[in-house]
Amino acid sequence: MTNRRYVVRSSEIAARRLGDKMMIMSGRDSTLITLNDVATIIWEAADGSTELEEIVKSKICPAFAVEPNEALRDANALADGLAGHGILLLSDKPFWPSSLSKESK
Amino acid sequence: MSALLQEMSARALQLQIPLSVQLDLTYRCNERCVHCYLDHEDHGEMTTVEIKKLLNELAEAGVFFLTMSGGEILLRRDFFEILEYARALLFCVTLKTNAVLIRERQAERIRSLGVHSVQISIYSHRPEVHDSITKVPGSLKRSLEAVRLLKAHGLRVTIADVLMIQNIQDYPGVRALATELGVVFKIDPTITPKMDGNRSILNLNVDPTALRQVFQDETLVGSVEEFCGPPKELDDDDLDGQPCSAGHTACYISPYGDVYPCVQFPLPSGNVRRTAFLEIWRHSEELRDVRSITLRELPSCSQCVHGASCTRCPGLAYMEGNMRGPSSQDCEKSFVRTGIPSKNLLSRKPTTLGLVQINGAPMAARGSGRSRPHGTIPVRICM
Repeated sequence: MTNRRYVVRSSEIAARRLGDKMMIMSGRDSTLITLNDVATIIWEAADGSTELEEIVKSKICPAFAVEPNEALRDANALADGLAGHGILLLSDKPFWPSSLSKESK
Repeated sequence: MSALLQEMSARALQLQIPLSVQLDLTYRCNERCVHCYLDHEDHGEMTTVEIKKLLNELAEAGVFFLTMSGGEILLRRDFFEILEYARALLFCVTLKTNAVLIRERQAERIRSLGVHSVQISIYSHRPEVHDSITKVPGSLKRSLEAVRLLKAHGLRVTIADVLMIQNIQDYPGVRALATELGVVFKIDPTITPKMDGNRSILNLNVDPTALRQVFQDETLVGSVEEFCGPPKELDDDDLDGQPCSAGHTACYISPYGDVYPCVQFPLPSGNVRRTAFLEIWRHSEELRDVRSITLRELPSCSQCVHGASCTRCPGLAYMEGNMRGPSSQDCEKSFVRTGIPSKNLLSRKPTTLGLVQINGAPMAARGSGRSRPHGTIPVRICM
């Protein structure tokens, strides 16, 4: 069993930054949510080819004084919550190779 | 409106972000509705390139809710190219259409592009009434086929029923149709003067007696006692509140690039072909003037018994000649609703009341937090 986790933003959502908050509406159920700055970093880095753990290590830990395991636990909970509304998609494999951008697919 | 959306609207107001924009892609139309306020000639619509540039600017300005309307949007050959571009910029897109041109392929495309909702005008459940309003034989059949197709593809659909003398008796039938189709039903009892100032189509407005019956339909207004009850007393919050979100967190852009505070507020405030949208939004003298208006400084309305609960539309007041003056159509509506004449009506010479026009507020265009007595019915369907 693998612990690897990849996340990618759904194309079914609407999103806009409002000051320091990211406002997102789920296309699936019209749920409106806002993300704080930490969650926004994860959401913006969810490119489908970078592991969630790597996003936490490279973007969250250096920016916030947080212990990596704790940050990863929170990031997993966030990803599960967003996936529940169809805002993020989750997989244990990359959605596409890291050398291939989403736009070029 | 959800608590979170209210919070975001307040935040947008504080940050002066245009949260909602209605962009009319064309004024051309394949119907000729008797109550339409538009000139359907093409006087030089924005090109695909110009619209894409504008969409980039709107996204940069923070626009979240984007309503694409017209005219009939599907008459633009580049409609899907524009829609795809807008969705790539992550706007929450609502389409307003008569849906006559929507077939399986178009419905599938609209679904695949992640459109939030589609609003379709249906004026009656009876073809002879609907088609006489649109002046297109067979239009009801085609529009309803499109409603079914869009629903089958899982899209959120709203049927919008503009009430006028020709169809006032049919709204229960349209509502039953909406229920059967599993779509949202809204009525809009507002006929807007034509863009060129011609007010002749206001003669299509329903008469006060019929309107009073609509106001007393609890399936539309919720609590009739509350809706038609006496107006609440004015307090400082009311006096210092903004009339609506037009120019504050919302605006309207015509197919020619003209920016206005609202689709119903034709105060020219700039043109995106000459000036970047954000420059207009932040620095237009006209929009600044609109933003400066509070109830307290309205000479008549601040002294009116209906001040706190009136659905006064500054755009309709502007079209009457003074955006700081009363909107007579809303005065008459308040009178029909409560039986209590407004200050404006009392100041007129004794005469019979004119035709009544209801004008509530667009969801996003009424964000001042002032209490308003209406339920779902007088909410104007725009933006």
